[in-house]
Amino acid sequence: MSDLLLSAQHLTKRFGGLAAVDGVSVELFRHRIHAVIGPNGAGKSTLANLLSGDLPPTSGTIQLLGVEVAGKSPERISSLGLGRSYQKTNIFLPFTVWDNVRLASQARERHAPWNPLHWLSSAGQMRAVNQRCERALELAGLSARASAVAGTTSHGEQRQLEIAMTLATEPSVLLLDEPLAGMGQAESQSMVDLLKRLKADHAILLVEHDMDAVFSLADQLTVMVNGQVIASGTPADVRADPNVQAAYLGEEHA
Amino acid sequence: MSTPKPQIEILPRGVQVLLAVGAVALAAFPLVPSESAGFYQQMVTQMMILAIFAMSLDLLQGVTGLVSLGHAAYFGLAGYALAFLTPADVPISLWWSLPLAALGSGLAALIIGFFVVRTHGIYFIMVTMAFAQMVFFLFFDNRALGGSDGLYVNFRPHAELFGWNGINLDSNIGFYYLTLVLMLLVYAFLRRLLFSPFGRVLAGIRVNEHRMRAVGYSTFGYRLTAFTLAGALAGVAGYLWGAQTGYVNPELMGFHMSAHAIMMVILGGTGNFAGAIAGAFAFEYVMHLFKDFTKHWQLLMGSFIVLVVVFAPRGLMGLAERVLGKRKIP
Repeated sequence: MSDLLLSAQHLTKRFGGLAAVDGVSVELFRHRIHAVIGPNGAGKSTLANLLSGDLPPTSGTIQLLGVEVAGKSPERISSLGLGRSYQKTNIFLPFTVWDNVRLASQARERHAPWNPLHWLSSAGQMRAVNQRCERALELAGLSARASAVAGTTSHGEQRQLEIAMTLATEPSVLLLDEPLAGMGQAESQSMVDLLKRLKADHAILLVEHDMDAVFSLADQLTVMVNGQVIASGTPADVRADPNVQAAYLGEEHA
Repeated sequence: MSTPKPQIEILPRGVQVLLAVGAVALAAFPLVPSESAGFYQQMVTQMMILAIFAMSLDLLQGVTGLVSLGHAAYFGLAGYALAFLTPADVPISLWWSLPLAALGSGLAALIIGFFVVRTHGIYFIMVTMAFAQMVFFLFFDNRALGGSDGLYVNFRPHAELFGWNGINLDSNIGFYYLTLVLMLLVYAFLRRLLFSPFGRVLAGIRVNEHRMRAVGYSTFGYRLTAFTLAGALAGVAGYLWGAQTGYVNPELMGFHMSAHAIMMVILGGTGNFAGAIAGAFAFEYVMHLFKDFTKHWQLLMGSFIVLVVVFAPRGLMGLAERVLGKRKIP
């Protein structure tokens, strides 16, 4: 099997006259982190929404593990092996941390809702579900907080929970939308360490603003401005690209 | 949702004890001698029937977050099913007619649900109401279906099974105990369902459907199943209503009946089924008091609901939880 897990070609998303994403192609390989950077409004989150199925693309193709998924529903894309975390924390606030992750993990059981067996069995006693849940919590460093109500945890913990829920569905491709947003120094460092570990089994698309983290993590870097890719390559190549320096890294790196 | 509410489905110890006491009291109630025992037995039977109806709505409203303003359609349909199934000369058996009537309501909910569960929020409320009004006028305007006068249920069903006939449903007491057992069974079933894999998904849909889809749940099937199940359980209540009163009319499927269910659930507290039962009992009892007191009882009833909503935003169950001690999250 090829290590190319996701290949998106010429993706375009138009909102009326505005092309939020304009002819963007990305390829994600196992063991590699592909970072997407760009100023606010560059279309990074829209790109993530196209890949996860939250938005249908206007045109273009997306192959996920060999299956064409452009325009498919988020639940279909998720069950094919893409896990996504959100930039704006998107969790179940009234539930405990454990129940948040357990619910994500349960999705992989593919129960039929109309099967009465699943109306009467106990949700807490599904061994495979609990195992996935424990593993995801441990990876995300949240095991100690399992019984806390999600809405009462710190911002950093909620970001970790985002990741844990994504991991609990055991995806092959990870789509992480600004996992470091609003994190403190220590929290950031442990998240960076986690992403390095996750690289071992996953293909990762990382949308991130934190440049230190991006340059320490990325194997490949794509720079977007106004919906278009202006440069793509290794971090060193991109750093040297004059277009990028002008458009984005600007005053810092020029 | 900025301030997280604790998990509404977990009942603290004190509330559980209170519920057990309530169940025992209901079981003992017909044994209390009284001159007007028959009247009160019928009244409490009616409360228990409405409690089943309220619980069925709570599965949608409190658990899944779908506020249906047309739930009475499924209540009324099962009552009509009983009226049509009962011939003019002999009573029919409870054992097949109740499941059949509930199945009929469930089927109607499945068909209507196929269209309505695609909608969200205010649209869901409007569309459920629109379908219920269609069902209402189908019966209201059709002589063959009883028209605006409704239909008589010629006989109460009997509970004979393989020659055994231990429960006399024609007596107030027999019917009371049948209703009590069914109410407890529905409660036990729904509580069990609440903590099942299916129930957890419904709760997830209520809290954050977007995320449910993002982790891979096809939420349409879950919403439709919940809608169908709630319709079938409303059918159990509607069947009992028809059997008790011996009479069904389009009002049973009307807008007022649907709103009645919503108010009972809100009054009692949503999302844990115990609140729905408490709400049904409290609503009927307070209404009874006000009706005795004045013919303008609706004014008092309205004020009562407003007071409860203002001072006990999570209903009577929420109030009981506050009084009987802090909830514990396992």
